[in-house]
Amino acid sequence: MLQVDDLVVRYGSAVALDGVGLHVGRGEMVALVGPNGAGKSTLVNALSGVVRPAGGTIRIDGRLAHVPEGRQLFADLSVEDNLRLGAWRSRNRDPRRIYEVMPVLGEMRRKAAGSLSGGQQQMVAVGRALMADPDVIAIDELSLGLAPIVVADLARHLAQLNSERGMAILLIEQNARLAFDLCQRAYVIESGRIVAEGDSGELSRSPEVARAYLGGITGSDTETLLERTAE
Amino acid sequence: MSSFIAYLVSGIAIGCTYALVASGFVMIHRVTRVVNFAQGTFAVVGGMATASLLRHGLPHGLAEVVALASAAALGLLIGVVAIGKPGTPPLSSVIITLGLAIGAYAGEVMIFGDQPLSFTMAHGSTSFLGAHVDRQLFVIMGVTVVSYALLQLFFGRTYVGKALTACSSNPYAARLSGINPSRMGLLAFAIGGALGGLAGVLITPIQPVSFDSDSLLAVNGFAAAIFGGLMHPSTALLGALVLGVSESMIGGYVGASYEIEVALVLMLAIMVWRAARTPVMAEEVA
Repeated sequence: MLQVDDLVVRYGSAVALDGVGLHVGRGEMVALVGPNGAGKSTLVNALSGVVRPAGGTIRIDGRLAHVPEGRQLFADLSVEDNLRLGAWRSRNRDPRRIYEVMPVLGEMRRKAAGSLSGGQQQMVAVGRALMADPDVIAIDELSLGLAPIVVADLARHLAQLNSERGMAILLIEQNARLAFDLCQRAYVIESGRIVAEGDSGELSRSPEVARAYLGGITGSDTETLLERTAE
Repeated sequence: MSSFIAYLVSGIAIGCTYALVASGFVMIHRVTRVVNFAQGTFAVVGGMATASLLRHGLPHGLAEVVALASAAALGLLIGVVAIGKPGTPPLSSVIITLGLAIGAYAGEVMIFGDQPLSFTMAHGSTSFLGAHVDRQLFVIMGVTVVSYALLQLFFGRTYVGKALTACSSNPYAARLSGINPSRMGLLAFAIGGALGGLAGVLITPIQPVSFDSDSLLAVNGFAAAIFGGLMHPSTALLGALVLGVSESMIGGYVGASYEIEVALVLMLAIMVWRAARTPVMAEEVA
């Protein structure tokens, strides 16, 4: 579905991505975790064509939609207009298919996107990306600035989209616990290089990853975010 | 009293033409963040092309449409030169439009000559509240109202209009949605060209237009546009009407030679006011 090999991105003389390789299979949920400045957003910007790579290959089998960091909505336009503009390249611009998955968007379709709460805006951003009928969706910092309960609600929507529609998801996150909970596989990126990859459960049990991203608590020691919020 | 009414109606009509030029400034700036200093050129091309085409025997209606299409095409061409190369900084694009506006003088003299041109659109005058008012002034006001209503419909109801707003609001997100902000910028230049051309078509019957008439229209249009921070067409309309009526009153009661000074002083006052206001707002947000 998504295959990235030896990807190199430079900003002038600075190397943002240095030989990054990554794979997301059909219907898979994959996480990319790493600290600030590791190159996560650069990678997803390269995937969506905003940043031009200096080397390497990106192969996307189908359509990729990108939910950018910080939501990036069209603040002056209504929720419905935001959604419809997500289908710029698509023939089907009817947002009702999104309202079926996210009924809350239908309820606030006439509101200006800029007037919504952070969680609602994130939902609009995901809905707008879904309007392109993507085969794979890359979500940059889903949880940034949002309350845990809101994040859990969004995560449930994503898990539902993944299981019901078979949509592949690449979740780019600083919140490693959320990413490991939600995704079967994960990559860890640091200073523009993939430093670890594998099954999320195994990664979360790795002492190095736990120390760097999970506050020193390995995955086996703790219940998941989804389990906690479900209670 | 009758002369006051005459000056008022004349001021509103002239203000309407400034509003059309201003809306072109706003249209282009909203989408591209470029202040297009060639905006007055579109009005000159619109007015002179209509006069020239009528002299060559084209009927009314067709001549105006061809002139507007020419102004829109010129807008597109200037857009291609100013913002066509990806990554051109807005300031460079501004300088390019300034250079093109000056360079356009040569083309206008070659095509239309160096003498002012005019034509008649609406004949004669009519009595309005005791004053004799040129019928063309009502044509200008009517066409401006219709144009603003169409612009409102275009931005409020059409998919392309909303895409233009999206590019203005968040070019990065627009790009992620598959909208090409550069193409939208060119569309904005073409629409800005048509709006400027329309101002020229409407004003030429009451003020003959020559190749160097662009600066007066551009200065007044820009002064009106900055009334709304170069972002809001409706505020630009208000600014244009204030400007048009002020100039008309000063021209009528004091002297016509002070008209441009009024525009410059008003523009300076608005800029100072906005500059003084912005840091306060920024502090409040912080």
